[in-house]
Amino acid sequence: MPLPTGDTIGILADNLKIRNSVLPISAGSATRWARGLGLPRGGETVIYTGLMYQLIPYITSMNKAQGMIEDTPLADFARVGRFVNRFVNISSLMAIPQSAMQERFDGILVNIARLLRQAGVEPGYMYEDDLYSGALVYDLGMDDVLEEHARKVYRNLKNYGVKNLITVDPHTTNMLRSVYPALIKGYDLNVKSYMEVLAERHAWALRSLEDEVVIHDSCVYARYENVVNEQRTLLTGAGVTVREPADAGRFTLCCGGPAESLYPKKAVAAAERRVEQLKAAGSKVVTMCPICLVNLQKAAHNQINIEDISVYLARAYCPE
Amino acid sequence: MALVNPNFAEEIGKPEAFNASACMNCGVCSAVCPMGIELLPRKLFRYVLLGLEDKVQKNSETIYSCLLCKMCEANCPAGVHIAENVRSLRYYLNKKVYNL
Ligand code: SF4
Ligand code: SF4
Repeated sequence: MPLPTGDTIGILADNLKIRNSVLPISAGSATRWARGLGLPRGGETVIYTGLMYQLIPYITSMNKAQGMIEDTPLADFARVGRFVNRFVNISSLMAIPQSAMQERFDGILVNIARLLRQAGVEPGYMYEDDLYSGALVYDLGMDDVLEEHARKVYRNLKNYGVKNLITVDPHTTNMLRSVYPALIKGYDLNVKSYMEVLAERHAWALRSLEDEVVIHDSCVYARYENVVNEQRTLLTGAGVTVREPADAGRFTLCCGGPAESLYPKKAVAAAERRVEQLKAAGSKVVTMCPICLVNLQKAAHNQINIEDISVYLARAYCPE
Repeated sequence: MALVNPNFAEEIGKPEAFNASACMNCGVCSAVCPMGIELLPRKLFRYVLLGLEDKVQKNSETIYSCLLCKMCEANCPAGVHIAENVRSLRYYLNKKVYNL
């Protein structure tokens, strides 16, 4: 049987309500990437991760467990799970990430902080108060839970005196830039993705990579937030030739990731379709969203090399 | 025989966000959908407009399988807010069917 929809959504929404995140992780895991970077706490302009890159390694191991039980009688576990989860954080027990994956995803955040500094931006960071945006719960239509959470996140940002948010992934960008303002009267935060900030500042590469990549646009960046040109400008500036797959830019094909939480098998099938398109265009691919990265990688079975765009950008724009 | 609820479109929770009536049933959305969701959005939205509540409830898997990727919206000639409409249906199902 498929995973029980109502109970699975219930667990995710309960977690957001009780523990501020769909999959609660420790403050240490959330902020470890920033160790040694000396980012000041808070400030008018902050790098806002919304925990996406930190959560994905945990969500991946959780989804693996879900994928194994989907279509088996065990799928019913979520029914009991939801009840227990209110008292014991059982979803975190199911999610033990691989440390190599965690290091890789932490490294992406380090790249982004270094790129911003190199472009002359000295962002602050809110450490354990850098809260999840609620994107998944919003997608699942739990609008009341999301609204309450959005107010909490906004109050938190206001308490820190934040005015400008520099986001690192498309989902957090969309939530904080387009969804929250519709929910919160007087919302006045200025939100830009780090790629927009770098492009606007005409970031200058220190070296030319003389490389070639296939670009996989995130549908949220391309179709919800109109971020299409910045990534191309930055890659071209880095000496990287950008190859476009069959569906690209505003008409990019989704990686399938949004189906993961309820229908892991459908998510893989969608990712496989996209991997075929990417493979036809070249053997090195860049993504700009942690969900795309992990979902495509899973479907690619090492047939293509997939990296976050920040890996290429940091090589070109940051000192060795 | 299907039960008709004449107030269904208003009851889905966020009537102001649900703009399915502009749909001219051209089928472009189904043709470009990466999930091959034939039912979404045109037939499902029509069920809502016709008040066929039980048909919508029976298709919850389709409603939650949508990626909200907006490929359909980017190609829709009528400017239907397809992804937001799907979210509205989820909001309705969460409350009405799953008691969330
Ligand atoms: S593309 Fe737009 S107008 Fe055509 S069937 Fe789909 S929703 Fe209706
Ligand atoms: S949003 Fe994407 S997955 Fe959903 S119906 Fe449209 S094209 Fe299909």
